[in-house]
Amino acid sequence: MAEKKSLGKEFSKGIIIENPVLRLVLGTCPTLATTTSVTSAIGMGISASIVLICSNIAISALRKVIPAKVRIPAYIVVIASFVTIVQMLVKAFVPVLNEQLGVYLPLIVVNCIILGRAEAFASKNGVLASAVDGLGMGIGFTAALFVMGTIREILGAGTFLAGFGGLIGNNFDGFSIPFLNSNPILIFILAPGGFFVFGLVMALANKLAESKGKPKAELKGCENCPMAKICNVRDKVEGCDKKEVEA
Amino acid sequence: MTLNNKLVVSASPHARSHETVRGIMLDVIIALVPALIASVIFFGPRALIIECVSVGSCVIAEYLSRLIMKRPHTIGDFSAVITGLLLAFNLPVSIELWKVALGAIVAIVVVKQFFGGIGQNFVNPALIGRIVLLASFPTAMSKWTAPLSWLNSVSKLEGITSASPLASIHALAKGGAMPVETLKEMLIGWRAGCLGETCAIALILGGIYLIARKVISPTIPLTYVGTVAVIMLIAGKGNLTFLAYELLGGGLMLGAIFMATDYTTSPITFKGKIIFAVGCGVLTSLIRLFGNLPEGVSYSIIIMNILVPLIEKATMPKPFGTPKKEKKEAEAK
Repeated sequence: MAEKKSLGKEFSKGIIIENPVLRLVLGTCPTLATTTSVTSAIGMGISASIVLICSNIAISALRKVIPAKVRIPAYIVVIASFVTIVQMLVKAFVPVLNEQLGVYLPLIVVNCIILGRAEAFASKNGVLASAVDGLGMGIGFTAALFVMGTIREILGAGTFLAGFGGLIGNNFDGFSIPFLNSNPILIFILAPGGFFVFGLVMALANKLAESKGKPKAELKGCENCPMAKICNVRDKVEGCDKKEVEA
Repeated sequence: MTLNNKLVVSASPHARSHETVRGIMLDVIIALVPALIASVIFFGPRALIIECVSVGSCVIAEYLSRLIMKRPHTIGDFSAVITGLLLAFNLPVSIELWKVALGAIVAIVVVKQFFGGIGQNFVNPALIGRIVLLASFPTAMSKWTAPLSWLNSVSKLEGITSASPLASIHALAKGGAMPVETLKEMLIGWRAGCLGETCAIALILGGIYLIARKVISPTIPLTYVGTVAVIMLIAGKGNLTFLAYELLGGGLMLGAIFMATDYTTSPITFKGKIIFAVGCGVLTSLIRLFGNLPEGVSYSIIIMNILVPLIEKATMPKPFGTPKKEKKEAEAK
């Protein structure tokens, strides 16, 4: 197995080059919804990362047992179990976060980053590589949320890390930004501002990835597509290599 | 020799217009001057400061963004000046200057330059600037100052706050008082409101100039105002006073004459223009009658701007001589 050689690469690719939010454009809904404050962004990032790592490990370990035809329901069951565990833990130990995230916490079940990594990576790679991939993707997701949350909270509410004490169990209530605190630019914590910031941060991530020699994230035909085996689009599209499908 | 000069063989186009972007934009600026003068008369020197800050920020933002993006400079075509003027016309006189600059930067950088500069913006930049400011600072954006209060007020910035006549006429149905402004005052712009929207006469004067110079066609303004008039006549059960306040109040005239007619964001065909303007009118009336906001011109123009590509597609003229049977094939191509 060539796993050991690429472990470092599997880890680092999730942070910028294949950042799930900014480069693969997955998990957009929780991203826009929870980045209104840094505290809820960090909470969301960490919860989703834990579920991602655990589900990657479990699915990778079970990859030879799960029949291909029912793999999606099987993945969902695995992911849902971990989400339930995380949700119970959050409710018990950080009830503030549970209130802040609201419906988005149980919705991690259908977070497409987690299902995407299960389908595209964990179902094809070993347990260790999948765990490292999950960790890298989780950190990338949390970092993207943190950057967006910082911009949106500072400009839109004039605070930074407000209510963070609730996460770590003390009274720390973040910092207040002098001028913006009394003149918040409200649009940044509303949905349109979220999209503005999303687009700008995405452009920045593309620029960073390009400077590392990787062009824009693009789908390289059918080979990257997890659905290639059961998809029959190739037969209809011209120029698609039919031999690959049969093989 | 003279004959040779006349017989130039070259690829099309052969007939060229002497109009330039700069010339058209200058015409629009000239058409905006009456409203500019009216705004300074009614709202004082602060109106002029806001207009200068807005225009200045727009031009600087355009210059810097073109510089950073390493693209040829376009400040010479004056389109940024118009965006700046229109944005300032959409703001109340009491707004802080940094907010004006913020709106100008959003308008030019986010809406115009991110999408490729002049001719590429998918919605009207000035209106997005206004909407961003309205969503960000709802209180500052709806603080109206009574006209000429800058003359007798000690604190010039505060002025005397006053309800906008459009809000009053809508409150009338719920048992409010009639607007303090008479219709004559509404016509000359003696009312509370955004800088450039109050003086209907100045705006119509500018509109007539633009139509006479063939810069805009009268289709969109007339259809837009006409649609609003018909709907408001029905909504007001034939009450002409209500109708007049609706037409002269808010930013309808400014929007219909200067914003909805923007080349980039309005349809080209006659049919398309009619659909576009009727849509603007219906949306404006619906927002005014049933919405929470007293004013809906900016939102309705933006929504119709976004629909323009679809309208263009639906009203694309059939190439001359295309038989009916091949129509579908031609569309498919």
